[in-house]
Amino acid sequence: MTSRRNFLKTTSLTTFGFALGVSSFAKDATLKKITPAIVSLEINPFIIIDTAGNITLVNPRPDMGQGSTQAVPSLLAEELEVTLEKVKIVQSDGKGKYGDQTSGGSSSVRALWQPIRKAGAAAREMLTETAAKRWNVPISECFAQDGKIVHRGSGKSLTYGELADDASKLEIPKNPKLKEAKDFKIIGKYNKRLDVPERVTGKAVYGLDVDVPGMVYASIVHSPMLHGKIASIDDTETKKIAGVLQVVRTERPMPHRKSEAVAVIATNWWAALKGKKALKVQWDNGNYDKTLSTQKYFDATYEAAKKEGINYEEKGDFSAKYASAKQKTEANYETPFLAHAPIEPENAIVHVKDDGTIEIWAPVQGPDWALRDVCGYMNVKPEQVKINVTLLGGAFGRKAYHDFLLEACHLSKELKKNVKVTWTREDDITQGPYRPGMLSHLQGFVENGKITGFHHHAIGESIAGQVFKGLKDDEADPWLTGEISPENSKYNFATASKISWTNVKTDIPVVWWRSVYASNFGWGQECFIDELAHLAGKDPLQARLDILSDERFRKVLETLAEKANWKEKLPAGQGKGIAVFRSFDSISAACVTVSKQENGVKIDKVVSVIDCGYYVNPDNVKAQTEGNIVMGLTSAIKDGITFTNGVCDQTNFHQFNLMRINEAPKMEIHIIDSGANPGGVGEPGLPPIAPALGNAIFAATGKRIRKLPFDISNIG
Amino acid sequence: MKTFVKFYISLDSSITTTTMAVFNLTVNNKKVKVDVEPDMPLLWVIRDFVGLKGTKFGCGMAMCGACTVHLNGQPIRSCQTPISVVAKNAKITTIEGIGEVQLHAVQQAWIDEQVPQCGYCQSGQIMSAVALLKTTPNPTDEDIDAAMSGNLCRCGTYDRIRKAIHKASDTIKGSAGVGGGR
Repeated sequence: MTSRRNFLKTTSLTTFGFALGVSSFAKDATLKKITPAIVSLEINPFIIIDTAGNITLVNPRPDMGQGSTQAVPSLLAEELEVTLEKVKIVQSDGKGKYGDQTSGGSSSVRALWQPIRKAGAAAREMLTETAAKRWNVPISECFAQDGKIVHRGSGKSLTYGELADDASKLEIPKNPKLKEAKDFKIIGKYNKRLDVPERVTGKAVYGLDVDVPGMVYASIVHSPMLHGKIASIDDTETKKIAGVLQVVRTERPMPHRKSEAVAVIATNWWAALKGKKALKVQWDNGNYDKTLSTQKYFDATYEAAKKEGINYEEKGDFSAKYASAKQKTEANYETPFLAHAPIEPENAIVHVKDDGTIEIWAPVQGPDWALRDVCGYMNVKPEQVKINVTLLGGAFGRKAYHDFLLEACHLSKELKKNVKVTWTREDDITQGPYRPGMLSHLQGFVENGKITGFHHHAIGESIAGQVFKGLKDDEADPWLTGEISPENSKYNFATASKISWTNVKTDIPVVWWRSVYASNFGWGQECFIDELAHLAGKDPLQARLDILSDERFRKVLETLAEKANWKEKLPAGQGKGIAVFRSFDSISAACVTVSKQENGVKIDKVVSVIDCGYYVNPDNVKAQTEGNIVMGLTSAIKDGITFTNGVCDQTNFHQFNLMRINEAPKMEIHIIDSGANPGGVGEPGLPPIAPALGNAIFAATGKRIRKLPFDISNIG
Repeated sequence: MKTFVKFYISLDSSITTTTMAVFNLTVNNKKVKVDVEPDMPLLWVIRDFVGLKGTKFGCGMAMCGACTVHLNGQPIRSCQTPISVVAKNAKITTIEGIGEVQLHAVQQAWIDEQVPQCGYCQSGQIMSAVALLKTTPNPTDEDIDAAMSGNLCRCGTYDRIRKAIHKASDTIKGSAGVGGGR
């Protein structure tokens, strides 16, 4: 007699006729007979072909709009010779067997380009070998086509499903032959994203759209000065509101510290929100009204700019050469703190169950990081946690910072209930974490019409230092210095160059924001190169080409000059500016055209060129670059985040304005087919945008802007 | 820094203690009955009581447009519209109601132009675009700017939204394939 338990086990084994993972998943009892494929130990996606021929890919990169749910399966489908529609995608849950799973650092295609293709190619070879054996013909006479192995001579074929079971018994080839680029049918070709229909019909499920039976809703009163202590709570009015269940003290766990908070728990979100507005909390704010100040922070950065920083890298004796240089200049360039402001606010549902296990539904960029943070905070083991990652309604770095998720963990444990935490826009804007505001102190000199000396002193808070702690005071933040290191900045300064840094600390929480520090330092570097070009009496494009030998950089700039018609004579009052920046292994340049209008300028057009090496879908590269143009311009001409007397001055979109459609300029994107290894796509288009705008304004008006953001309708 | 926001509805949201009340609504041509507080915004009624999650919460103050639905064909910001001001016979249409049988031309154009990135704001964008094309079947870029400037997109899909609206306009006029091409 077959017991129910045995029946289920047998069924699951026949369903999983063949599986191909990149590393062992033998721990999973129901899958223990399946052959694990060890192709690479770095990344661990999970590919299953069942006996019905269904192909499932466990996607290790959550989709926040960057297109990973197309890019990652494309890599597999290409090598497996199936169409994209054939690959079913399941989001990974953070468990170690799937390896690195964070959508960040523009890493999806860069990191998975080899491992996923190798896994696909290995499966293809195993299926081909199985068919050849069954037909008793040489492997060379068999090939994969549209989910089948076909015999060239006879034309007979077997589906992957028919071959899966036997194929799974073969040894997995360690170095399967990858397809050559010239044979690509999907990679590098225009393909519509299959997830678009659900995103235009309201069917796509984001974190905020998840309902779990029995859940209660929490709205959280956060400390207005971020780290204040609760002095008293008066919940009289709150408790009168229909639907409010209780008011509880709670906490906001940030990576570097915890803050006190109060949660209003209700049967529905509106009641929780009303309860929050009616709650009277007195805060003991200590000195935060004095210390939480962006003005004071920037004052400290400008003081640091007058002193020597810590040297990261120096070629030639820059200080001596600068002291004796005849044609030289220096300037400070400032970028503000910024909120990410994804349109979907931070939210999470957590259920800490009676047996100690935890189930989570949340829009997180990295289920692996989320799992690590939940385990650390709740003191549980990974196997006790199940994370269901939803679609993300935008993230830009914010949703890889898990304060909102840990808030829900804390509340669920305290209340012994399933809790949905939803932040308001005001929480999102006023609480951070933010992109840090930074200062670039730049010095440079020119000799014989060429820029030959350059020093970038990067000043401000260290994200790595604050978020991960553990950085020594004299240890450089690898991101901060990496963005302007010679790996990314390929200019050859013949006489001397220097990169230095100074850490200025703040209690304002900071975190990575689209393109991280490249979004700060692109501004200073590329505007200052422009200043030096003018000092040298050179055309800004030519001045750059004069000190660039890197072929890819040159190609990007030359293509930009051609596509943006750089050499055309412009009428008075119009100007063009260029900038180029390398980040996340991709090179991007932009040309902005502006025209004078009353006291300000109007942005007429943005042309962007990107060399991201091999890419999956050219249309998605364009889409991401369009997004980077809008976000880059927004960061330059809309609002920054400021703190005055301990409190964030901006609370919602009426004070933290984002660019709107009526302000978005015409744009044009060009992709360079360099055939280099894949670089990032989601972020590299952003850093050159603001400096290209600043340089265009100088060209049109003679006014040099050095501080972001600025009012484009009144540039003074 | 000026902001251009059409359709801005400002209502006093002072806190009042209220009692529940029954409201009969017509949402996407279906009659529904909800028992909620009269000051509850239509957004939360639609999402949490009618159970239609396509309409989104973004700001709670009519600044982002993610919550746009139609009230008798007019686009409104449902986050700033208390259920009590919605007339009994009013027809509410959400993103789920515009293409139930066949995709609306605007939705199809959004697919053709591959507009969405994260897609979270796109329900609101589409509802604004559908309303625009009803009153202005052949919109200029300026018409589009005026009608769509109340809808924020943090992913920055504005260029494609403009192209898609022109394309949908062509489709609706029966001249599919003209204009709006990439």
